[in-house]
Amino acid sequence: MIRFENVTKVLGGNAVLDNISFEVGEGETFVIVGLSGAGKSVTLKHMIRLMQADAGNIVIEGEIINDLGRKALRELRAKFGVLFQGAALLQWMTVHENIALPLRELTHTPEDEILRLVDEKLELLGLADAGAKYPSDISGGMQKRAGLARAIIMSPKIILYDEPTSGLDPVTSRRIDDLIVNMRKKLGITSVVVTHDLHSALSIGSRIMMLHHGKIVENATPEGFIRSKDATVQSFLESQYITRKGKWEEFSHE
Amino acid sequence: MRSAQRTGGQVLQLLHDTGHALFMLVEATLFIRNVFGKRSRGEVITQLFITGIKSLAVITVVALFTGMILALQTGLELRRYGQEVYIGSAVAVSVIREMGPFMTGLIIAASVGSAIAAQLGTMAVSEEIAALEVMSINPNRFLVMPRLVALAVMMPILTVYTNILGILGGAIVGETQLGVSVQAYMDNATEFATNKDLYVGLLKAFIFGIIITTVSCHQGLMTTEGAVGVGQATRRSVILSFLIILIVGYMITRLFYI
Repeated sequence: MIRFENVTKVLGGNAVLDNISFEVGEGETFVIVGLSGAGKSVTLKHMIRLMQADAGNIVIEGEIINDLGRKALRELRAKFGVLFQGAALLQWMTVHENIALPLRELTHTPEDEILRLVDEKLELLGLADAGAKYPSDISGGMQKRAGLARAIIMSPKIILYDEPTSGLDPVTSRRIDDLIVNMRKKLGITSVVVTHDLHSALSIGSRIMMLHHGKIVENATPEGFIRSKDATVQSFLESQYITRKGKWEEFSHE
Repeated sequence: MRSAQRTGGQVLQLLHDTGHALFMLVEATLFIRNVFGKRSRGEVITQLFITGIKSLAVITVVALFTGMILALQTGLELRRYGQEVYIGSAVAVSVIREMGPFMTGLIIAASVGSAIAAQLGTMAVSEEIAALEVMSINPNRFLVMPRLVALAVMMPILTVYTNILGILGGAIVGETQLGVSVQAYMDNATEFATNKDLYVGLLKAFIFGIIITTVSCHQGLMTTEGAVGVGQATRRSVILSFLIILIVGYMITRLFYI
């Protein structure tokens, strides 16, 4: 569904992505982990052409997206919903208005249908009482859920999550993890998740890829990832108190 | 060699930024056809309110005192020759031709323009602009066009208001400090100020509105590097607006009066 072919991106003289290739299959929850500055968010931004590769191809559903025109780019982006790190809700709009925004701006959906769809998403994400509030009046976890509601309102095929649990307490983080798993189970959506949080990655991912200095050092199932012999992966696991002897099933939602 | 490279790089960056700003302006202008559409109407009205009503207090004070200062300084000089009755024309012509649009432009650049740069800059660093792009909502239609319409419409209206208050301020000083009656002051003012002065002044105000929107929106949308970047974008938007208003104001005056 998503394929990177020998993609390189240089920023400020440094190769942030260094000739990387990988593929994300339909219905997968593909998790990208790595240290800060490893190129995780840059990878995500390439999928929706917020950034362009200096070399290599990015293929979405069989189509190379490097040189898409404006109309084709709009069609490409319509396949995606994105949950940004800080939720990226428009601060002068209520939660309800934020979620309704894509429907009001991009479609001719009747207002009563918009209200019904937004209420449905608010209910799904446990925000039924927050619709009339402004983003600054709700917690970080609620903002992320509102951002997720906006991301799914147009029924995308793929959702990109940029650090969905960063800055959240452990309980709220696990709640967000449950939501990501439910997106796949209930809606069959393909997900790409960028995170530092290995506990989250091991619990929600069908595959985990680790980037280090712009290169892929591991790309495996959670079980394969935890058993990886790569020193960088091991160091990353140990930094979060997860060892090769640990049972990844402990974290699994399946 | 290295400084030549740096200068070349800065020139290229300036050309790139100018091109980007002009593209943004052209695209936002093309979207004006949607100004009365249900998707834009509300935001346009909001921006008209912010630009017009919220700026009235500061414009009132600045315009009134500018007219008073102008009348006092000119009147004191003219009094030496017994010609203080001519403060009417001196104040009216300079306010309508130059000071009205210029003062209004500076006030709006400092208040509304800086607020636009700060708001869009904050949106850029908190990924709200990226979110709009991913949702295929064009920021030039959604954010720039309503602000462009608001400033292009409100700048001439506010300039007329500045002109009236500036002339009124001059009349107050004439009456109370220089012994020139309001009637004599107004007679002298209307004798020398022409319709052309008014129209050129309003044309300047309209163009200043477009300049302020373009600079502020462009600086805001291009913001990077968090809170520091927002501060820099805000400062740059005010400085650039001031400079361009000065230069363009001079060019328009030269075009119509030489």
